[in-house]
Amino acid sequence: MKLNSRLPISSAILTNRFERRTFVMGALQAGVGVLLATRLGYLAVAQNEKYRADSESNRVNLTLIPPRRGWVLDRFGNALAANRADFRVDIIPDRVNDPDRTMATLAGLLDLPSDRVRDIRDKLDKARGFQPVEVASSLDWDKFAAVSVRLPELPGVIPQRGYSRFYPAGAAVGHLVGYVGAASAEEYEKDRNPLLITPGYKIGKDGLEKSFETRLRGVPGARRVEATASGRIVRDLGTREDVPGRPIQLTINAGLQDYAARRIGLESGSVVVMDCETGDVLAMASMPSFDPNSFSDGIGRIEWKMLSEDDHVPLRNKVLRGLYPPGSTVKPMVAMAFLEAGLDPSASVSCGGGLRVGNRVFHCWNRRGHGTVDMAKGIYQSCDVYFYHFAQKLGMDVIATMARRLGLGQEFPMPYAGQSYGTVPDPAWKMRKYQKEWALYDTVNATIGQGYMLVNPLQQAVMASRIASGREVMPRLLLDRKAPPVKSMGFRQDHLDFIHAAMSEVVNGRGTAGRAKLPIDDVLMAGKTGTAQVVGLNVANGKNGIWKYRDHGHFICFAPFDKPKYACAVIVEHGGGSGAAYPIARDVMTYLFAPDKAMAVLDDFEKQWGGNVQQRMATRYDSFAAKYGGSAPKPVPDDEALTEQVENARKRDTAPATVQTDAATPPPEEPVSATPPSAPPAPQLPTAPQGQP
Amino acid sequence: MMPRAYVPAAIARQPWGVLVPLIALTGFGAAVLYSAAGGRFETWSMSHLVRFSIFLVMAMVIARLPQELFRKMAIPVYIVLCLLLVLVELIGGIGGGSQRWLNLGFMTLQPSELMKPGIVLVLAWFYSVLPVGETQNWRALAPAAGLLGIPAGLVMLQPDLGTGLSIAFGAVVIMFLAGLPLRWFLGAGAAMLVIAPLAFFTLLHGYQRNRVLVFLDPESDPLGTGYHITQSKIAIGSGGFLGKGFGDGSQSHLNYLPESHTDFVFATMAEEWGMVGGLFVLAVFGLIFRWGLKVALNAPDRFPRLLAAGMTMTIFFYMCINLMMVMGLAPVVGIPLPWVSHGGSSMMTNMICIGTIMAVERWNRVAPRSLS
Repeated sequence: MKLNSRLPISSAILTNRFERRTFVMGALQAGVGVLLATRLGYLAVAQNEKYRADSESNRVNLTLIPPRRGWVLDRFGNALAANRADFRVDIIPDRVNDPDRTMATLAGLLDLPSDRVRDIRDKLDKARGFQPVEVASSLDWDKFAAVSVRLPELPGVIPQRGYSRFYPAGAAVGHLVGYVGAASAEEYEKDRNPLLITPGYKIGKDGLEKSFETRLRGVPGARRVEATASGRIVRDLGTREDVPGRPIQLTINAGLQDYAARRIGLESGSVVVMDCETGDVLAMASMPSFDPNSFSDGIGRIEWKMLSEDDHVPLRNKVLRGLYPPGSTVKPMVAMAFLEAGLDPSASVSCGGGLRVGNRVFHCWNRRGHGTVDMAKGIYQSCDVYFYHFAQKLGMDVIATMARRLGLGQEFPMPYAGQSYGTVPDPAWKMRKYQKEWALYDTVNATIGQGYMLVNPLQQAVMASRIASGREVMPRLLLDRKAPPVKSMGFRQDHLDFIHAAMSEVVNGRGTAGRAKLPIDDVLMAGKTGTAQVVGLNVANGKNGIWKYRDHGHFICFAPFDKPKYACAVIVEHGGGSGAAYPIARDVMTYLFAPDKAMAVLDDFEKQWGGNVQQRMATRYDSFAAKYGGSAPKPVPDDEALTEQVENARKRDTAPATVQTDAATPPPEEPVSATPPSAPPAPQLPTAPQGQP
Repeated sequence: MMPRAYVPAAIARQPWGVLVPLIALTGFGAAVLYSAAGGRFETWSMSHLVRFSIFLVMAMVIARLPQELFRKMAIPVYIVLCLLLVLVELIGGIGGGSQRWLNLGFMTLQPSELMKPGIVLVLAWFYSVLPVGETQNWRALAPAAGLLGIPAGLVMLQPDLGTGLSIAFGAVVIMFLAGLPLRWFLGAGAAMLVIAPLAFFTLLHGYQRNRVLVFLDPESDPLGTGYHITQSKIAIGSGGFLGKGFGDGSQSHLNYLPESHTDFVFATMAEEWGMVGGLFVLAVFGLIFRWGLKVALNAPDRFPRLLAAGMTMTIFFYMCINLMMVMGLAPVVGIPLPWVSHGGSSMMTNMICIGTIMAVERWNRVAPRSLS
């Protein structure tokens, strides 16, 4: 080129240049051709696998089929939580164009009441794009078909056939089994499983449903279809069936659980029944409760209002989260401690209605006094002076050690979150907690289950079981038929027999709970009453008046007394005394031996109470609905908030209203209003004076 | 080209060296379109073949035209095309929004398409009349730049970047082959490297800039502009060496691949025919270009030489940009693949180019190249 530029340009030079440059063009074409061929080879051969996979994932649309949840069974194989095939309709908020119009159409097609429509609208506004919102489930075919037909004008609405969780016993197993619900955004963040955002899929939110989530969940199935870019399904490529979750079998006796829950009636309380030989929990009822069926469907605003405003705290599992001063139910335990410490059971004390400790007078619940009291009488008459006297002699450590051995203040590995374990006070504990020396009156209070001592109902049931069988039973909820026999506590059998006899006397003899005698000829029940003060007698007398100031009623028992098999603990919050608790215990225990008799009693009660649990809840719901209509002021919380609020609602009130740190005055053991069928010693009038200096 | 004693002269005289590849390519294109239409012949394949037949006749007619007519018509054709471009611009201005075509009633005419061979024609004429001695100075450049600037500017205004670049490419090729000093091209190339980034941020429209950005990173916009490139690569890549089989391309049949019968027809083809099909298309284009450049080299004078080479390179530019686009080597620009994509305008343009080259080939036979 350099040469050319110097020469005068000529036609020949231009032709030569044209030829060379045309060759360059040809080379350029060849180069591009090679480049394209190389690129083609790279895409089609080297990267083939990747793009083949991409093409497949374009072509094939995978729809998850939610797995059927594992069942929860009772010890006999009856369902506590099952699955029901149903038709349901969900909404994917992201795909809805006009929520108001869509909801109006759906409300018309499905006959949705106005409060339900408002609930769904609230959820639609709050939901993040991917979370399906349930419109209705358990639909009949006609309604389901009506929605399916109008789908083209209802974008984002998904009608489908699926399974929903069903709890046959309803509220009776609310706290026991828990409930399920749609996964929250947080849960999805944690576990990015596409299953969690599949419409209609629910995960365990509480109780066993939550604790055994992985076991109950199962493996989702999938439906593979070939679909166009716009989502039109071209053909079905096949379906993989889901693998249902594995069932769990509980030690619970479904009939007993249901009976116990119903028998609590209008009270706020809990019942725990255990097999005292194995530790199997046969019933664990906390009432009032919520209906897990409606929780699982997404709770409505009226029901939420009803539950959250109830002073009987239906959202709290009182068995595991309720803490109460155990009152006199600790006396058999204290007596056991005395026996093990070498006290002669015939050693007696004279009860004149009170005992001076230091410069304070501690009263017996019976201010007229019990006369000469030995250990047996101390138990069956629940004489406080007997225990005041010997507790001072033997010391708190003996009692605290025995309390812990028998399960009080102990943590049991139950599959529930947020249990409360209470307190067994002793000098070291008080120093740690309050930096104060242990005082004599602390011992005195503790021996009658007042003061710092706090227990939950399950611990009381364990205590009753261990006293009954002398075995170191642990509460067990999962059925294990091959479990090794429970080892002995190491108590002397004559000590156990002595306590058993004294406790039998409580029920079958001269004791404080004569009406608790089982209506069965050959089975005798042994028990111990307890009445725990909630507030000082200067506030209220504990028997009547404002509900929340009334005494808690306790009863622990086991049967048959001579060959203990079942143990039971009943607590009635603010029941006004043990008289509210032991009839329940009696009937629940009766159910184990003669279900027909027990049911007859319950039927009579339920007639007075206005129906069974379900009917009463329905009535209550109706009255709320009538009162607030579709405009319950407090909007129903969404799923995340619900879980949180349930948690808050469950937090136990900051201990019993006032911790009795000074001398407590034991409340009377037998209610005044009682009309005893058998003839125990005549009930006494409440003792009023304050034990404080 | 195929001198056979037993073949009639009229048939033997035909330029089979290009007709066979063309018919093969168009026929293959029709087959691909048949599959892309979901196995329906009438949808696209039929009109594809009918158009090819009509435009082939047109090309034959062009091939019969004398060189003198081409020389005479160069400037008038150029002026008419420029006026049409202005007209399109005016109509677009009145109608609001960009318009690229004129509705002639029986067909829509896209003047910018015709300008591709038009610019080659007028510049070939210009350099053929330019005195040999003037080719090394500014007088060789300024008029040509003017001739290029007007139509290219008008097309860019439409805005149609792809066609504008195509026209400019044709013009630059003519200048290069006309023997303008190499240092000009090297200098212009260097200047482009500087100006291109500036133009990218100032001259390009938002959507054009976006296309370039998405080309550089298709995954950045998987559902927007990048979707085209991504799906096209999936179609080609999933085809493998032998393809998924005729009629079994899921990408095109399930509508994941957009424009599966026009701009992205190569992806549709490669999915079903695999790399083998792609190499076949490349090879056929190679034959056509070799024929075109051979005709150019055989031409006796500057005008037919530049004309044939320019027309060849115009077709090459089509193919090159289209294939680079569908394989993710170039941004998405609306340029179809000659003789395979379904579409009338590009078919016409390409057949005009072919017809012109065929004309040059005929002139070569009439007046064989002298040894100069």
